Amino acid sequence: MSANPEPTTHPVSAAEGAAARPAAQTARKRRPLTPFWRAVGAVAWKDLRAEIRSRELINSMVLFTFMTVMVFSLALELDKEARQTTVAGVLWVTIVFAGLIGLSRSLAAEKDRGSLDALLLAPVDRSALFFGKMLSNLLFVLVIALVLLALLTVLFNVTLLKPLLIVVVVLGTIGFTTAGTLLSSMSVHARAREAMLPIILMPVVLPVLISAVRASTAILEGLPRDDWFPWIQLLVVADVIFLAAGYGLFDYVVEE
Amino acid sequence: MTYSDSRTRILRGLTIAAAVLFVIGLYLALFWVGPERQQGAAQRIFYVHLGSFLGSFIAFGATVAAGIAYLRTRDPRWDTFGLANVEIGLGMAAITIVTGMAWARPIWNTWWTWEPRLTSVAIMWLAYAAYLMLRSGIEDPERRQRFAAVYGIIAFASVLFTIIIIRVRPDTIHPVVAGPTQADPTGSFEVTGRIRDTLFFNLFTFAVITVVLVWHRIRLENLIQHVMRRKLEVLSEL
Repeated sequence: MSANPEPTTHPVSAAEGAAARPAAQTARKRRPLTPFWRAVGAVAWKDLRAEIRSRELINSMVLFTFMTVMVFSLALELDKEARQTTVAGVLWVTIVFAGLIGLSRSLAAEKDRGSLDALLLAPVDRSALFFGKMLSNLLFVLVIALVLLALLTVLFNVTLLKPLLIVVVVLGTIGFTTAGTLLSSMSVHARAREAMLPIILMPVVLPVLISAVRASTAILEGLPRDDWFPWIQLLVVADVIFLAAGYGLFDYVVEE
Repeated sequence: MTYSDSRTRILRGLTIAAAVLFVIGLYLALFWVGPERQQGAAQRIFYVHLGSFLGSFIAFGATVAAGIAYLRTRDPRWDTFGLANVEIGLGMAAITIVTGMAWARPIWNTWWTWEPRLTSVAIMWLAYAAYLMLRSGIEDPERRQRFAAVYGIIAFASVLFTIIIIRVRPDTIHPVVAGPTQADPTGSFEVTGRIRDTLFFNLFTFAVITVVLVWHRIRLENLIQHVMRRKLEVLSEL
């Protein structure tokens, strides 16, 4: 299957992987035959290819983004001054809600089609699956964020395509999608999973969100370095914590 | 459901000790220590405020330990321990928030303001409320325990955020009592005399209270599970 291009070259390892699967302890120690980063790339590429062919996720996310921006500009009745100060908030709230759509679909679709089991059977490190999934989610959210930056620049007449702001957007979305990928792999097993993901994800990523909004606002207002640099530091720390948590904990979430 | 007599006796002793300590702590905070120079009597709530935050910190820290221990050993008792700590920690954090609001009304002239520390403590509370939601949303017991352990570990990020945010941001109006700040990077501990003694006594008191409450909650959970098992047995006999 397309999820894993390697199995034909390692027929033995697939059997080994299946045998080792029920016992969690051995599954963790088993040595993967596919190199880690190749497996990450394969998973991300599979998601990307499926998305390029169906375009179901990116279309709904982009449309959702348009509508959210419309609602914001109608609801807030922004004059020029107000736009400068609220545009960062509009940007991040839209990224988060559009991202939630992508995240909740990403693993739910995999589970509904039954391809999650196939992925888990693949003779690769489980954390490679995590990073692959996270990478494809990150790409989708980044595409949305770029569309949004351009859209807000046009509609709000505030120049958002600044290098520093893009750094903040990338750092913020890394934290958001890392925590989101890990938690959405838990929420797919819950009752009312569409409602569960925002409930468990929002409090965990709010620190990232606050830092990102504060940094973006400070950068847009052209404040000195001292006003936004601590927030960027905090963003980097949060990203590292979530990446480490995802690497260490994903094994325990998907084992069965 | 039976426990060894000696443990029950220790728990009973600790419970009485916690109650006595709490009364003494309140006496120290309300009568023994004089009013603070700038804030007057309103400052007296600070001993309970910081004490209960320490309690929630201990409880949430223990949740992380319980999560790691559960994932390593798969012993359901660690899950019970984690659940007990989250519930007690939520209660303690609620005390922190409510006492903080009561203090803020005379000092800041508002119950609540959206400044970094207040926001982050509200987020922390929500994160652990979400822990309970996640538990209730998953039916398979083994999976529920596993996910709860993972989430208990991740949610601790919000506790860390609450503690460091005030050190990162200079624009907070929340007082910093101990440790380095933006204005004073070397760190200091300016509390002295009777205020310090009262503070330390109350911190100790709340640590003991937290441990006692968690212990009781574990026993309650064991009892709940025991009753449920007995119910199933009775039903199967019918």
